[in-house]
Amino acid sequence: MSGDLNFKDYRREGRLFTYRAITAGVLVVMLLGGIVGRMVYLQVVDHEHFTTLAQDNRVKLIPLPPTRGLIYDRKNRLLALNRPAFNLEIIPEMVPELEKSLLELEALIEIRAQDKERFYKLKRQKRRFESIPIKLDISQEEAALFAVNRHKFPGISIKARLTRTYPQKGLMAHVVGYVGRVSLKDLRSIDASNYAGTTYIGKTGVEKSYEDVLHGKVGLQQVEVNVLGKTVRVLEETPPQPGRSLRLNIDMDLQRVALDALGDVNGAVVAIDPRTGGVLAMASKPGFDANPFVEGISSKAYKALQEDPDKPLFNRTLQGAYPPGSTIKPFMALAGLEMEYLELKEKIYCLGFFQLPGHDHKYRDWKKTGHGPMDVDAAITQSCDVFFYQLAHEIGIDKLEQYLKKFRFGEKTGIDLIGERTGIRPSREWKRERYKQVWFPGETVIVGIGQGAFETTPLQLAAATAAIANGGHYLEPRLVEEIVDESTGEVRPSDTREHTIPVNNHNNWDEIRKSMVHVIEGPRGTARHLQNEHYRIAGKTGTAQVFTVKQDEEYDESKISKKMRDHALFIAYAPVEDPQIAVAVIVENGGHGGATAAPVAKLVMDAWLLEDGGKTPQIKHVVAAGETD
Amino acid sequence: MSPASFSPSGLPASEPAQHRGILARVHMDLPLLTGLLLLCAYGLVILYSASGENLAQMERQAMRLLIAFGAMFFLAQVHPHTLRRWSPWLYAIGVGLLLTVLVTGVIGKGAQRWLDLGFMRFQPAELVKLAVPMMLAWYLSSKPLPPNWKHLLLSLLLLVVPVLMIARQPDLGTAILVGCSGLFVLFLAGISWRLIIALGMLAAAAAPALWYLMHDYQRARVLTFLNPESDPLGAGYHIIQSKIAIGSGGVYGKGWLNGTQSQLEFLPERHTDFIFAVLGEEFGLMGILLLLAIFLFIILRGLYIASQAQDSYSRLLAGALVLVFFVYLFVNAGMVSGLLPVVGVPLPLVSYGGTSLVTLLAGFGMLMSIHTHRKLVPK
Repeated sequence: MSGDLNFKDYRREGRLFTYRAITAGVLVVMLLGGIVGRMVYLQVVDHEHFTTLAQDNRVKLIPLPPTRGLIYDRKNRLLALNRPAFNLEIIPEMVPELEKSLLELEALIEIRAQDKERFYKLKRQKRRFESIPIKLDISQEEAALFAVNRHKFPGISIKARLTRTYPQKGLMAHVVGYVGRVSLKDLRSIDASNYAGTTYIGKTGVEKSYEDVLHGKVGLQQVEVNVLGKTVRVLEETPPQPGRSLRLNIDMDLQRVALDALGDVNGAVVAIDPRTGGVLAMASKPGFDANPFVEGISSKAYKALQEDPDKPLFNRTLQGAYPPGSTIKPFMALAGLEMEYLELKEKIYCLGFFQLPGHDHKYRDWKKTGHGPMDVDAAITQSCDVFFYQLAHEIGIDKLEQYLKKFRFGEKTGIDLIGERTGIRPSREWKRERYKQVWFPGETVIVGIGQGAFETTPLQLAAATAAIANGGHYLEPRLVEEIVDESTGEVRPSDTREHTIPVNNHNNWDEIRKSMVHVIEGPRGTARHLQNEHYRIAGKTGTAQVFTVKQDEEYDESKISKKMRDHALFIAYAPVEDPQIAVAVIVENGGHGGATAAPVAKLVMDAWLLEDGGKTPQIKHVVAAGETD
Repeated sequence: MSPASFSPSGLPASEPAQHRGILARVHMDLPLLTGLLLLCAYGLVILYSASGENLAQMERQAMRLLIAFGAMFFLAQVHPHTLRRWSPWLYAIGVGLLLTVLVTGVIGKGAQRWLDLGFMRFQPAELVKLAVPMMLAWYLSSKPLPPNWKHLLLSLLLLVVPVLMIARQPDLGTAILVGCSGLFVLFLAGISWRLIIALGMLAAAAAPALWYLMHDYQRARVLTFLNPESDPLGAGYHIIQSKIAIGSGGVYGKGWLNGTQSQLEFLPERHTDFIFAVLGEEFGLMGILLLLAIFLFIILRGLYIASQAQDSYSRLLAGALVLVFFVYLFVNAGMVSGLLPVVGVPLPLVSYGGTSLVTLLAGFGMLMSIHTHRKLVPK
């Protein structure tokens, strides 16, 4: 500073400054131009891109799950409904001190360790400001207790939702089935977008097979959210389309009668209306309560059900495959007559056993002493085995198998339920595929009395019996009678399918039906105790061997354990003049069909055909579905 | 008020003495005042939307503006000679206060930018924003210009000390602004272009060294600036959301109070540092062009005032203050639109907040003082 000569040229300094100021001004304009350029790029060139991003930021799509359709029995009694349930839910972002609030909450309402576990797991997965359940389905008392103390718990609230419930408990579990939470496996087989927001999906029974009808269509709500994910307002809403309801052919009362009639033993009853194919009752014993499955059954309870030796989860009516035993005999006889291997008055002499030409092996009759001379009618009425050994041998397995196929033995009946078993209709082809072995003539012989590898389900027997009753119209069994749109009241009948069985000679069918009536009404009929003054029954008893008796050995019921005892079977339809119900009954390990299975069928038919469920012994007119008055 | 007092209306012409009206007598420059008032009014309109229609915030901002315009009015009355005499003292006080902040900050074990005076919090850096260009202008104006090496080095020393102290606080934005104010004085003083280029290269070479001096959060900001998408939920979030806001505004904008990014709070710090994005979203390119036009008018008027000043001190101070005002705008607009890293620089006179408002308008008060205290020598 000191060395300065203060040689200041003010003019020159002024000019220099002006020059620099102008330079600065030009730079300012250029840089501002750069900013403008950037703005043009963002707001004009890339405008659409950023508009999309802004839209993505602010708009959230909230799925609105549809209400699931209801399930009624044929008299409009609810079998499956949606019950409001209350969850205790927490929005963690709105609770000042979560741990403290949870402790206070626990003092009020019991919260299990697994509830908390689930809560923390969900808390990690969910978006901010989403409501997370801490306890599902709280009781009325708990809800009231919480409501009183609500002010102490900001951010915690009771949320109402719908849960599925089955008021008939164990009565209908096999038919109606149950829903459960949508699993990852389920998502693979459905349109996942339609299930956004849906909690439950049908897992078994009608709930599963009519899932697409019951579920409905998801709705969508477009909402504007702020940065915290909180909804600010609703922009657009497409309401959900509720699922349609189902009216079943099943009659709840008849179902109860069937289950009660079985008593304490395991077994199955199927009742079908031969005019429509509608399933009137479908009982499998033992049953189970489907309700615990809705919210997720505990693994302990599930294991207990699975490991129960009586297999309560197993639907015996369509998954249980049993040898048809003697109940197959009317079908065999019809095969013989229709294919002209047999004449009506043709007699076979029953010695108590049958031998194939050139073989020593004795195929025994259940009656050791033999029935003597037998025509078709007598063979059916008295259930002579030898007659049918002979007949089957004469027809041969190929023709026999083809005729049995017309009654859909060894085929799925086509019922509107998933999980039906086909059973086994033995044939050369079947044996080759299954055992890689050739067919032996002796196997044809025992197929004649519904034994050997032959297996049918109670449902198949009932449907085939209905086809005999109505003269060759094999109607696929239907659980669902109508699909009802509750909002419009529109009713659509479920689609029916018929497989017509060709009739060669009506007389043959009439004679077989007569023989089946003689089983009840004939003096030597195997189910003659069913005869009653109110209506006429046609039927056939059967006994299915579980245990093969060795050659020349006695079958002594008392000596073998219960599990190895024969299954008792009975098929029937009534009234004979105008069949309204066809029934198949199996009583597991029940011994002789006439003794244990036939009374069950009688109770079911009484309940269906007589006023007051059989208490008033008077025939009533039952209107078939679809028939007007 | 004679009608003639309105006649200059910002035209770059020096008013003859006989046309000086009331405004000139109270040392107000009408074009500059008009520009500033327009900008502040526009700013309040944007702030009303950016604050989420918060009337309490509007009131507070209006109060601050009132105080700031008061400061401007006061400083406009102070003769440039007096300002010049204050310069070294203000500088000394400023640096002293910065030191105090640093020491108390060290004791308090944390970043500290203000002194608690009991009735208000005072940021010494704001005082330094004015004191540094004043000091350099004072020092250089007594020397022949362009300055020689010795004077240049001393000036740089006077500049670097407060800048480093502010950077230590840490307040990168203010440090840049103060640094720029000093460099602008040097530039306007006429240092050679060769030297400017050499300084530029030196700065480029020093950048890696600066990297090591930076705090982690400052490094993160630079990295995020280079690639905002690398951290969309963290540090990059600001830039991404702000670009979305501006870009989705388009040419005409979504309309006042209708910006989804700003109203639904996707845009962070929408009423302070990122208010420019609110403008871009709601008023579109048109709104931005209007804002920039007002800014350009103020800056050009300021540069004109500087060029008309009658002594070196006034010229250098006025020029530096105007250019720093531009740097505010440029850094803020650049940061919000993703051209520059996120540094905490508000949009001058528009962003919500007090201290910088007072400093800026005080600076404009000095400009007005410089312009209205000229000895009018008829040519």
